[in-house]
Amino acid sequence: MKRIIVFDRAGEFAENKDVARDIRLQEIIPALTKNEEVVLDFERVGAATQSFIHALISDVIRIYGNDILERITFKSCNDTIRKIVNIVVDYMQDGIGFENDGDIG
Amino acid sequence: MKIHLPNSAFLGNIDPFLRGFDPSSPDFLKITANDKWISVHPLVLSMIAALGLTIKSTGNIYCERLEARSKHYLVRMGLFKILNVLSAISVVEHEAAGRFIPVIQIRTSDELTKFITEMIPLLHLESEQAKTIGYIVSELVRNVIEHAQAPNGALLCAQYYKKSNSIRLGIADTGVGIKATINQSYSAGTDIEAIRLALSPGITGTTRREGGTAQNAGAGLFFTKSIASVNRDFFVIYSGKGFYKLLKKHSTVRLSLNADPFVDRHSKENNFPFWQGTLVGVDITLDQTKEFSLLLDAIRKTYSTAVRERRKARYKKARFV
Repeated sequence: MKRIIVFDRAGEFAENKDVARDIRLQEIIPALTKNEEVVLDFERVGAATQSFIHALISDVIRIYGNDILERITFKSCNDTIRKIVNIVVDYMQDGIGFENDGDIG
Repeated sequence: MKIHLPNSAFLGNIDPFLRGFDPSSPDFLKITANDKWISVHPLVLSMIAALGLTIKSTGNIYCERLEARSKHYLVRMGLFKILNVLSAISVVEHEAAGRFIPVIQIRTSDELTKFITEMIPLLHLESEQAKTIGYIVSELVRNVIEHAQAPNGALLCAQYYKKSNSIRLGIADTGVGIKATINQSYSAGTDIEAIRLALSPGITGTTRREGGTAQNAGAGLFFTKSIASVNRDFFVIYSGKGFYKLLKKHSTVRLSLNADPFVDRHSKENNFPFWQGTLVGVDITLDQTKEFSLLLDAIRKTYSTAVRERRKARYKKARFV
């Protein structure tokens, strides 16, 4: 199991998308590739932006499909962070299956 | 370019000020002002700072001698300092904490993170309020850093107003503007149509794909507009010739969010003087700031509905003969 302490990387207010991208590329995806389970621990994180959570998990859901959510656990999220995670999880699942255009950047 | 600081320009009455902006002769900036009193929204100062930084030689920035009694405010907000022009106004410095954030230039992601870390304690906000302001600043400035291609980055300043117990915030850039950004993936014909798309949940210039790219969802401006909408505050966005203003909702109106900004109570124009880049101004009244987590419930519902409606619009229809 791979446990990622978000506070250690992003601080009390998790808003830096570059940090989120690094966590995704350097920790989440390699762990999932090795069939490990991932725990994203939000202990001591007071707030997060939707952009941060999006950069953290959206591409993981897109790459692996929504079944991957059974291998990712969001730990110690306060009410606000929990709701932002749910918004991102919802709209990513709503969008799955509509891959009708490429990315610009 | 010419710009005149009026007696009063806040988001509610900012339209005449913006209409008076003259973008011609972009190598030269002339700043004039009301000679009795100047009372302006931080957006005005961010805008002038952003303009000033596009002028290669500070000798090409002319600021007339200010006579208004409130001229010291412009000095304290750091306008002349960032423009690197002498104001000939002496002021007694006083503690800034809890009152204002002078004009600051933010160009990188790390500068933004540092600014947010230092800014929130400066404003002496309660936890919920700090969350809201930090959220807005992060989303708006990251938009500039990631999409505007603005060499000078974002120019930002903010002011706390005791009488209304509100924070007023202005962010300006002189980048490519919203239409150029959105039209990487869409085909907005006008600046105001591009603004409409940019304010809609899940619309980003980086892709037409639902869910966005790995780094962009196209939700930042929608979240910011939603915060202002739920709190019944002003929100203004100006890019190119397009101008959109979210008007205050009447207190009797039931609070709800709209995915389409043109359904909200608003005003809009598409014939303003051309602003090369984007300006965003927002007021957040602190004593009516809704609990952030309640706002997220409404956003989740509106966002999902918008995505599903877009999906449904692409469904193939059964053919009957």
